[in-house]
Amino acid sequence: MFKSNANNAPFEGEVRIPSGCAVSAVIDRSGKTMTGENIIRSIATMHDRSNGLGGGFAGYGIYPDYKDYYAFHLFYNDFQSRKGTEDFLNKHFEIVYSSEMKTRKTKGIINVPIIYRYFLYPLSKKLNNSLMDEEQYVVKCVNRINAEIDGAFVFSSGKNMGIFKGVGYPEDIGRFYLLDEEYKGYAWTAHGRYPTNTPGWWGGAHPFGLLDYSIVHNGEISSYDANRRYIEMFGYKCSLQTDTEVITYVIDYLIRVKKLTLGEVAKVISASFWSTIEEKSEEEKREETFLRKAFPSLLINGPFSIIFGYNGGIMALNDRLKLRSMVCAENGDLAFISSEECGIRVIEPELDRIFSPSGGQPIVYTLKEKE
Amino acid sequence: MTINVDENTDFQSLNEKIHSAAERSIVINGCIGQRYIGSGVTDKKIIIHGTPGNALGAYLNGGEIYIYGNAQDATGDTMNSGTIVIHGNVGDATGYAMRGGKIYVKGNTGYRAGIHMKAYMEYKPVIVIGGRAGSFLGEYQAGGIIVVLGQNDDGLPIINNFCGTGMHGGKIYLRCKSLPHRIPSQVRTERLCGKKDLELKGIIDDYCKYFENMNAECLLNADFFVLTPDSENPYKRMYTDN
Repeated sequence: MFKSNANNAPFEGEVRIPSGCAVSAVIDRSGKTMTGENIIRSIATMHDRSNGLGGGFAGYGIYPDYKDYYAFHLFYNDFQSRKGTEDFLNKHFEIVYSSEMKTRKTKGIINVPIIYRYFLYPLSKKLNNSLMDEEQYVVKCVNRINAEIDGAFVFSSGKNMGIFKGVGYPEDIGRFYLLDEEYKGYAWTAHGRYPTNTPGWWGGAHPFGLLDYSIVHNGEISSYDANRRYIEMFGYKCSLQTDTEVITYVIDYLIRVKKLTLGEVAKVISASFWSTIEEKSEEEKREETFLRKAFPSLLINGPFSIIFGYNGGIMALNDRLKLRSMVCAENGDLAFISSEECGIRVIEPELDRIFSPSGGQPIVYTLKEKE
Repeated sequence: MTINVDENTDFQSLNEKIHSAAERSIVINGCIGQRYIGSGVTDKKIIIHGTPGNALGAYLNGGEIYIYGNAQDATGDTMNSGTIVIHGNVGDATGYAMRGGKIYVKGNTGYRAGIHMKAYMEYKPVIVIGGRAGSFLGEYQAGGIIVVLGQNDDGLPIINNFCGTGMHGGKIYLRCKSLPHRIPSQVRTERLCGKKDLELKGIIDDYCKYFENMNAECLLNADFFVLTPDSENPYKRMYTDN
């Protein structure tokens, strides 16, 4: 298990800190790329929703030269953990490129772990012997590193995307990773953290990712343990004691394993009340009743607003009672999601449309070519 | 006094300027997410261009705030008296626990407008929404008046689910031809013609003074449903049957 704090500060789950968070996202549906500058400005406007204990970003389309390789981002405590992890990676993958992540000295960013990036793909012999498909194989390896190698943590593992996160205010984390200069993506998501139940640590910052899926989350899930017990039956291991991790696995399970659409996923995790379903058309009633009955343990209860990122799109979703704020907007090919309207207006003052989705209503923006 | 702000202006320095201003009238340009503007302020006139942050006019104790743009969440939180006029939409929890004064919105409001609104003696808060309201309008309302005029052009219903849940005081007026579905059984509903309700007429006449192109006569010459708590079937221990 990776621990970023050398000075024996408390670990996730050992302390309860009462609390807000901020989420933000932008996508250019034409596929045109932009640096992280605007997403940093967006999340910085909501500075007061975070408290400096975590910030992070996910960028999509940022590694075009390596788009066919999995991009692993790792935190290491020390050189032993790096050595152990690289031995493991060499046994399971062909590493085509590896280097220490380029960062910039930034005020307010301290206790920085060793941060590495690898572009790799599974060794075909190992993959064939594993009897798993490629994605399962990669997920399994990520889980093994995180659970078994002391002092190492894979925090990003998708193709042509990357997660960048740490302890600090999000705007500082963004500049620390040089997102405003070094990377260009067609979509970005961001998070400013105000830890509610756990102290902040580098691995516990958002986004949480698995393959190309990423989640940023504002809220607190009261159904955490019910969701965790269910999802752990399918080989996931919730090791971080944070509710956002379980949302990531729930969505991965529903989409990648159960092949649900994003709209269907919303009807599972943010299902309508029975009394609301009762009023819908026969067809909707049948669908929603089926989904609630098929996955009762994956209903996520408690206040949340999340932005789910994946290769080709972003989705905004609120809990069914809309206990957290969320605003969506569009201007030409650009689409925006933010906890507050100011997070959108600051980068795009004039908009074609701006609205607040209802509780449980998924808003999905995708690249045009994928529509 | 004019205060120009931008994304780098923090809310504390902005609010200090407002509180320490000698002039009564203050214009804020370029507002972008700064919170708590005008909170606790007595008798100032604040004009805001841009997007003010959450808790605008919280604990407002008199005076006026005008917003040329959209406001965010918890506008007028626990305000005591004064007027907030929004030439745009407003976010969730508008007038949260409001206990006096008035909030006039040209456009729509989000979830939980008027939640925990209350009244006491001469303090009678009023919220008027020109467009539509989200779910939980007037949740736990204990006093005061909420009016929703349904002038939205997005085709969505005037209110969403769970309107008046937990209501035990005050009034909600909804300007619509038929009663929205699923009003809780603990809430009494009555249909009336807007013109004939003097209290409503007073509110709409006042509201229309603040907005161009709003015609009081036209707004009043329509069916309204008035929602009040049903004293014979009050909320006891139950909140919702889900």
